[in-house]
Amino acid sequence: MPSPHLILSLLLVVCFGLAAWLQPRHAAWAGGRAEAGSLLEMLLGDSRRLFANHFFVKADVYLHNGYYPSVFDVQDGCEKLHITEQEGQPGGHEHETGEHAGEDYGFFGPPRDWLDRFSRNFYPSRHTHLESGPGQGEVLPWLRMSAWLDPRRVESYTVAAYWLRRHLGRPRAAAGLLREGWRANPDSPEILFELGRAYADLRDDTRARNVWELGLRKWHAQEDAKPEPNVFLRRELTACLAALEQRQGRIAEAVRHLETLKSLSPGNQAIQKQIDELRQGRR
Amino acid sequence: MNTIWAIAAVVIKELYRRKDFYVLFVLTAMLTLLMGSLSFFHDAQAVRYLKELCLLLIWVSALVIAITTTARQIPAERENRTIFPLLAKPVSRAQVILGKFLGCWLACGLALLVFYVFFGVVSAAREHALPLASYFQALWLHWCALAIVVALALGGSLVFAAPSSNATICFVVCLGILLVGRHLNKVALSLPEPSQTLLYTVYFAIPHLELFDVRELIIHDWGLIAWPVWALATVYAAAHTAVLLLISWLVFRRKPLS
Repeated sequence: MPSPHLILSLLLVVCFGLAAWLQPRHAAWAGGRAEAGSLLEMLLGDSRRLFANHFFVKADVYLHNGYYPSVFDVQDGCEKLHITEQEGQPGGHEHETGEHAGEDYGFFGPPRDWLDRFSRNFYPSRHTHLESGPGQGEVLPWLRMSAWLDPRRVESYTVAAYWLRRHLGRPRAAAGLLREGWRANPDSPEILFELGRAYADLRDDTRARNVWELGLRKWHAQEDAKPEPNVFLRRELTACLAALEQRQGRIAEAVRHLETLKSLSPGNQAIQKQIDELRQGRR
Repeated sequence: MNTIWAIAAVVIKELYRRKDFYVLFVLTAMLTLLMGSLSFFHDAQAVRYLKELCLLLIWVSALVIAITTTARQIPAERENRTIFPLLAKPVSRAQVILGKFLGCWLACGLALLVFYVFFGVVSAAREHALPLASYFQALWLHWCALAIVVALALGGSLVFAAPSSNATICFVVCLGILLVGRHLNKVALSLPEPSQTLLYTVYFAIPHLELFDVRELIIHDWGLIAWPVWALATVYAAAHTAVLLLISWLVFRRKPLS
């Protein structure tokens, strides 16, 4: 029987050798988290995207004061998150004249039995929204956490920035968040569009123009090749640029943007009228 | 009645001698305060996320306390053989069941009170408002739900061999009811017969614990539940608790102890 010390030494040598052999392979493994940029990424891996999505939906739940359909309630046409809708966007969220008109029960439909009717007293079962004012900041913690967990999720930044800028009157905080989002998503025209709006609110027209123009270039680089490009975003970018140039008295540039806008919105007589007025120097 | 109170008092003493409650309370407090210390865009008015987290932890902690405390009551008496001198005294099996139930339920009530006072303090500190009536309704309904859970775990402790298996099954059943109980009718309606009738029967038969979960109303400041509705929910909980206790007594009445 060999000495226990010898066996122990041999096992230690084998362990060390195996560790030295395995370590580089483990580090090179595509699914490894050794190269993770943050503690969250290392702990959660790709599952953090699931949590990010959950928190983003949570913000929409808060927008509706807890009134929200479950997977058992989702009906056709209710899949889009209302929190992502902005003014002027097609297919908007309209209460009195839109999807919920004439419905007393909203997502849940009429009660199916006495227990269903009784249970509706114990959870939010009426469609309401957060009241205007500082209370609208209640959605922001979830959007912030969503952005922390998945920095590549562009919507977390743009929606949070929109709420900060539009509902809480804090364009500086919005710009700070969007710059962070821009670092994580350098090619996103959506972030550049929102950043331009934040700069415009801060009266920093030069920066606003620069980021909108960059946003348009990024849009062309990404969307031109697509069969169904996001024309809405291009229209918004072009309209913002036209308004900015007009405000700064650069009429030729404003008309150029408006001509582009007209080609994107066929049949819109208001744009042609605006172009004519600018050309005649009435504005 | 004195006998039932005496048995209940022993159970309550057991709760504050054990560490479960303290550990869960400290954990809840620490996690809530940690999340409360986070700043989101320097907005001190956002409070709902904090209320949601705190109430979620309270619900989880209360379920753990209720099920683990109740599941070991009768098995421990049998294992230590203290059930024999207990029943040798003029104590009936029904009194043992009622005493154990009352003790566990009151112990859960005391724990809930501490949790909800903490929740009220945290909420008032951030929100500068204290809707006492809403919090009372939430606390009461939560306690009613725990009555059903305690009765269920007590019955389970007479059927299942080990407290661990009983606790696991109770957790699965309670979480299942809390998560999908409300939607069973919708699922049933999409099924063909006879599955539809079968599932609808289950839907009406199970104790709907989710009725007592009014966290969303508290988080989003929906105001008071109508008092008659609140009273009806209490009656609903009492009925289910009574049925479960009756079943427990029927099982315990014929159960050999050795």
